[in-house]
Amino acid sequence: MSIFSLALTVLIGVLVFVAFFHFSNFLLDYFQVKKSKKFAWENSIRVVIFIGPAFIVLFVFIIYPVFETIRLSFYDKLGDNFVGLYNYAWAIKDPDFKRSIINNLGWLIVVPTLSTFFGLVIANLADRIWWGSIAKSIIFMPMAISFVGAGVIWKFMYDYRGPGDQQIGLLNAIAVALGFEPQAWLTIPIWNNFFLMAIMIWIQTGLALVIFSAALRTIPKETLDAARIDGASELKIFWKIIIPYLEQTILVIWTIITLLVLKVFDIIYAMTNGQWQTEVLANLMYDWMFRGGGDTGRGSVLAFCILIGVIPILAWNLYRHKQDQKV
Amino acid sequence: MKKITLSSLFSQLLLLIFVIAWIAPTFGLFISSLRDKDVLAISGWWTSFATTEVNEIYRTEGKDAQVKEGDYYFIKSNLFGEDKGKQIFRFGVTSKNIDEYQVGESALFKDGTEITVLENGDYIWKSQEEFKKKKGKRVFVSAKSPPSFTLDNYKEVLFKEGLGQAFLNTFAVALPSTLIPLIICSFFAYALTWMKFYGRDILLATIIASLVVPLQMSLIPILTIYNDFGALFGVAAKSYPGIWMAHTGFGLASTTFLLWNFLKSLPQEMMEAAKVDGATHYDTFIKIVVPLSIPAFASIFILQFLWVWNDLLVGLVFLDKHPSEIILTAKLKELLGSRGENWEILTTGAFVSMTVPLFIFFSLQRYFIRGLVAGSIKG
Repeated sequence: MSIFSLALTVLIGVLVFVAFFHFSNFLLDYFQVKKSKKFAWENSIRVVIFIGPAFIVLFVFIIYPVFETIRLSFYDKLGDNFVGLYNYAWAIKDPDFKRSIINNLGWLIVVPTLSTFFGLVIANLADRIWWGSIAKSIIFMPMAISFVGAGVIWKFMYDYRGPGDQQIGLLNAIAVALGFEPQAWLTIPIWNNFFLMAIMIWIQTGLALVIFSAALRTIPKETLDAARIDGASELKIFWKIIIPYLEQTILVIWTIITLLVLKVFDIIYAMTNGQWQTEVLANLMYDWMFRGGGDTGRGSVLAFCILIGVIPILAWNLYRHKQDQKV
Repeated sequence: MKKITLSSLFSQLLLLIFVIAWIAPTFGLFISSLRDKDVLAISGWWTSFATTEVNEIYRTEGKDAQVKEGDYYFIKSNLFGEDKGKQIFRFGVTSKNIDEYQVGESALFKDGTEITVLENGDYIWKSQEEFKKKKGKRVFVSAKSPPSFTLDNYKEVLFKEGLGQAFLNTFAVALPSTLIPLIICSFFAYALTWMKFYGRDILLATIIASLVVPLQMSLIPILTIYNDFGALFGVAAKSYPGIWMAHTGFGLASTTFLLWNFLKSLPQEMMEAAKVDGATHYDTFIKIVVPLSIPAFASIFILQFLWVWNDLLVGLVFLDKHPSEIILTAKLKELLGSRGENWEILTTGAFVSMTVPLFIFFSLQRYFIRGLVAGSIKG
């Protein structure tokens, strides 16, 4: 398609929504003026206009699919016949599923921990150094890059050439310079998962960093100064004052990254496509959505497993929201 | 002036290590995208700043280029075709001995003709008899190659590999997928904040719950709906409006939540005053709330735009892979599969896909960070 027709499509798509809100409200105002008396239904109709489109989208794209996916997980391949727990029984026996769960658990432990830790350490370092803001910008930059883009970047880092050849991947070049054999990093089972996790950590540390940076500024300076006057070392201040103070923030960052990691798909799809024992739930699900014409039952079971992973976070968020509303 | 202490020096060093570790991968990609593809395939990007020594084979021109001067026939030309800044220091005329001669010396071919190669690649090939062969002879050179960078890879990737089209497609996906949620969610958030209606609290709780629902839960049912819809009306199941609405759906909860958080902070008196003046909710929304919300809109726009721009999964599921619909990330993944060894294509393609996010990142970093921090305070 040409630039022009694409631009036109985009314009029309957006204008439809602007037009809807404008004309429906315009009409409502018009009738209200005409009736001159307080139009009894005005408020209700206005509410419907305001929340209608968003509610329909919310219902069609989130609420209905959640229940539909759960329903489909009890149905067969095409979603026609009820099969009870058959798909779940399949999943428990499936070796790919088992490996995906183990890998996902690995991701859930390693990535949030290291991202949060690095983010916290770097935020602390950067705040005390005059070129800290440039450093923060650089470390934050991968946040803007797509997972696939990051995949290419790191695939290039991990590139492997035979032992005699000159290595063009930085990691192997370093390995060779240190006197080791070059490795095809992404094909070594179990360890390759960590090389994939490194990419996610590389990206998410930036997120942790900026949020911690903002939070660090809220620590009262007097507290820190008092501790310094008392002769506490920087390391001690870090562990005894800063970390306890940032407890809430750490928890929030942890949950954000956990949510991202549960859904991780792009990195693995781009780097190994689940080969060499690197598959995770989201990749296995994508695979089953299309493998052999697609199996909605098995795909739904896998999606449901991801949902189960977020339920504790969901409950915690709702609980906190309720606490906030009370105040 | 602060005292330079051991611990501050250590901090600086530690931070420097982090910075280098974080920038090196991206920097390597960028440098590689600017390198000549033949050099890129055989040497690491970190060598590209140094003068490298390369052994290469060139062919002289054939009989068409010869001129007769006195008793001799000459072919005078340049081995590189044009001066590329390479410096030859040794050369040879047989594959057994590729660096037999110093630059400026004369070498004898087996047929008795004589060639002199100069440092910049110029050569003079001298023969007593007329040159008969259409093809020239091979010359082996050892040359010093200064750092050189080129934009050839970009031309190749944008116009021949179809990344230029994918770039436009991604814009066509990302702009409405960002603007539509912004429009409908701002009304939604306004209603949740300032209008009283039955079920408001439940709706708000639903939004908060939806924030964390993985989009994988929606893929299968939505795909089924689209396929049924397409079959029913005889239209394509995968289309731009389809993916816009899918992205709107997946971004709806976070956009609404962020806007709701912002709108809550606006002073209530202002809204009351507008109401007393007889303004309808729509007037209040357009004339008061929208102008005040511009910074919040900017932050949310950037977050959602980057999310959509960088998305792969939704694009894979809801758009076709043919050239008029494929998005950058999907194209890049396709190249990873089909051109896995062509690093000049991959590095350049990846960098092209990163241009827009990086531009937004460097020009609007403030809004980007503000959005992230606002989103992280809750949710």
